[in-house]
Formats: sequence, structure tokens, C-alpha cells
Amino acid sequence: MNVFLIFMSAILVNNFVLQRFLGICPFLGVSKKIDTAVGMSLAVIFVMVLASVITWLLNGLLVIMGLGFLKTIVFILVIASLVQFVEIFLKKVSPGLYEALGIFLPLITTNCAILGLALLNIQNNYGLLETIFNALGAGFGFGLALILFAGIREQMEFADIPKPFKGLAGTLITAGILSMAFVGFSGMIKL
Amino acid sequence: MAKKQSELTNGMFSNNPIFVQALGMCPTLATTTSATNGLGMGMATLAVLIMSNIVISLIRKLVPSKIRIPVYIIIIAGFVTMIDLLMHGFLYDLWKTLGLFIPLIVVNCLILGRAEAYASQNSVFKSILDALGMGLGFAGGLILLGSVREILGAGTWFGLTLWGDAFNVFIMILPPGAFITLGLLAAMFNWMGISREEKKKKKAKAAKKAGETA
Repeated sequence: MNVFLIFMSAILVNNFVLQRFLGICPFLGVSKKIDTAVGMSLAVIFVMVLASVITWLLNGLLVIMGLGFLKTIVFILVIASLVQFVEIFLKKVSPGLYEALGIFLPLITTNCAILGLALLNIQNNYGLLETIFNALGAGFGFGLALILFAGIREQMEFADIPKPFKGLAGTLITAGILSMAFVGFSGMIKL
Repeated sequence: MAKKQSELTNGMFSNNPIFVQALGMCPTLATTTSATNGLGMGMATLAVLIMSNIVISLIRKLVPSKIRIPVYIIIIAGFVTMIDLLMHGFLYDLWKTLGLFIPLIVVNCLILGRAEAYASQNSVFKSILDALGMGLGFAGGLILLGSVREILGAGTWFGLTLWGDAFNVFIMILPPGAFITLGLLAAMFNWMGISREEKKKKKAKAAKKAGETA
């Protein structure tokens, strides 16, 4: 299978946030400003690629031992400890990046996009290279949706919205319209 | 008894996990393409929530507070795996449609949230009531959202044909429909809350006026 197709399809056609509904919590929570959206996207891309590779390798081990049914428990533990490890590592090696990503790192553990991606890679029987490209695509897709949405929400601050639509309701409807735009990509790549 | 009741209704209405707290948004949006799917997801989440609340409440005095979150996650993941295997065995069709979102119950913030905020501090009985209230509130929200989307998008309800293909808004079953329906429902509940508050204010004002004139 063509890795480039997997990459593009994960960004546009099967966008993690807008088409698959993975990672909605950070999508709604950290999209008020473009700066924070960029920070969150970088952190997610980083953890996604790392987590995908490690869970892919571990799954091979689990299958050999005949313990495939344990993958949910093993994966969530791996992701939680990986996030913790990345936090400590970045703090030591690159304090600048650590400062920039700061509060977003611990939030990623509960981001269902990471666990979802790890499980999807296994479900689709991807090889290691395909897994890496799928993770990159998923991460960039998440970033694209998040940053686009943050741009729209920055403008929405100034709009005069009817009172019941303020807050969650208006945000969700805006996300719906953005999602509609992404439906236009469906059928462009058939995997 | 009144207090027990409030524990149950708290999650169902005044602190509804979906419409008030906006917790567990991913499964809410993803699995509500039909009322049946919403019901299935709601029941799976309810089962995991009750069992994890019971166990976490039982061991609340044994777990050191520093490692409590990983412990909770392992407990929740264990129950999710059980539900996953049970559904694979007995409800294969539903298991197939819900797909990825059954293992993802692990990262539903509602469950970890109730474990941390309620079960880790309250008795087993109270925790069961809390889980029932929150779980039913979550399931109710899913069924409502699934019903609206299925009726408008496919012209059926729980698989029963209402008007079939005669009048369909196909977009309701697609991903954008999920965002828009949930947004409109949230706006409706907001509006109901706002108008109720305004009525209260008017009443209070009238009462004040009456008090002043008297």
C-alpha cells in the first residue's frame, strides 16, 4: 500500500477530529487561540508518532505470547507512561520546547486520538512504515483541524451570537460547518 | 431518602454529563448515527461506570494518593476489556458498528472523572447511585441525539420505518450532522435554562414590588 496515500487520507479524507471524532476534547478545549492550538498540535504529532511505533512493536510481542486481548490495557499504560517520560526528557534536553508545550503534555494521556490511532494501526494490519506515516498524517490532520478552528473562533469572539448559542452550542455548530467542508474530500482517496 | 434521590437525579438532569458538563464528547458524536447505536454505547458505558465505581469505592482507603490515577486507569481498562469481549461474543453486530469506540471507553473522561471526583471519596452504595445517575444521564443523551439523527437522517427510529426514504436529510447521519445536532440540542437546553431563570427573576421582582407596596 502506498504510504503517501495513507498519509494524505489520514489528513484530509479520514481527518481524525472532523470525520472520525477522535480527540474532540482538546479540539473544543484548546482552540480559543491560535498560539495554544499550534503548541497542542506539535505535542500531539510528537506523541502520536512515538506511541504508534512503540505500541506497534509491543503488539507484535503480545501476539506472539497469545495475549492479544490485553492490548487495550497495555496500550493505555504505555501511552500514560510515555507522556510522562516525554515530559521529563524534554524538561532536561530542551527546556524551550518544554516551556512551549508545557501544560499540553499531561493532557495528551486522555486524548482518545492517541489510543484510537494505536488501535487503528493494529486493526488495519499496517506495517511499521505504514504505521509511522499514518501517525504523521493523523497528527497533521489533528493540527490542521485544530488550527483552522482556532482561527475561526478568534474571529467569533467579535461576533454577536444569540444568547443560547454562546459557548458550547455555537462552538459545536461551527465545528459542524467545518466538518461539512471536510466531507467534500470523501471518496477522493479509496484505500 | 431525599438526598439519595438527588444523587441519582444529579447526573441525569442538573449535571448531565453530555449537555451540562460536555464530558465524553468523542463517543457521543461518533456512535449516535442511530438510536440503537446510542443505546448500545450508553449501556456499555453505564456498565463500565458502575463496576469501576464499585471497585474504586471499595479500595479507596488502600490506594496511596500519589499513584491513584494509574490504578484507576488499570481498573477501568480491565472492565472495558471484559465488556469488549462480552459484546464480541454476544452482540457481534453492535460490536462491529461501534468498533473502535468500545476500547476507547477507557479514555472517556466521564468514567475517570466520576472515579476521581466521587467514588474515591464516598461509600459503595452512594457510588453505585452516582454511577447509575451519571450513566443513565449519559445514555439518555446518546439515545436522544441518536433518535434525532436517525429520524431526520434515515426516516427510521430504532430500526422501525417512520417515513422511509420519502424525506431524508442525509447529512444528519454524516459526521457534520453529529456536531450540528448536538449544538442545536445544547442551544435548546441553554434557552430553556435562560427563560426559566428570567421567569424566576420576574417573579422575584414582582414579589419584591408587592412587598414594597405592602
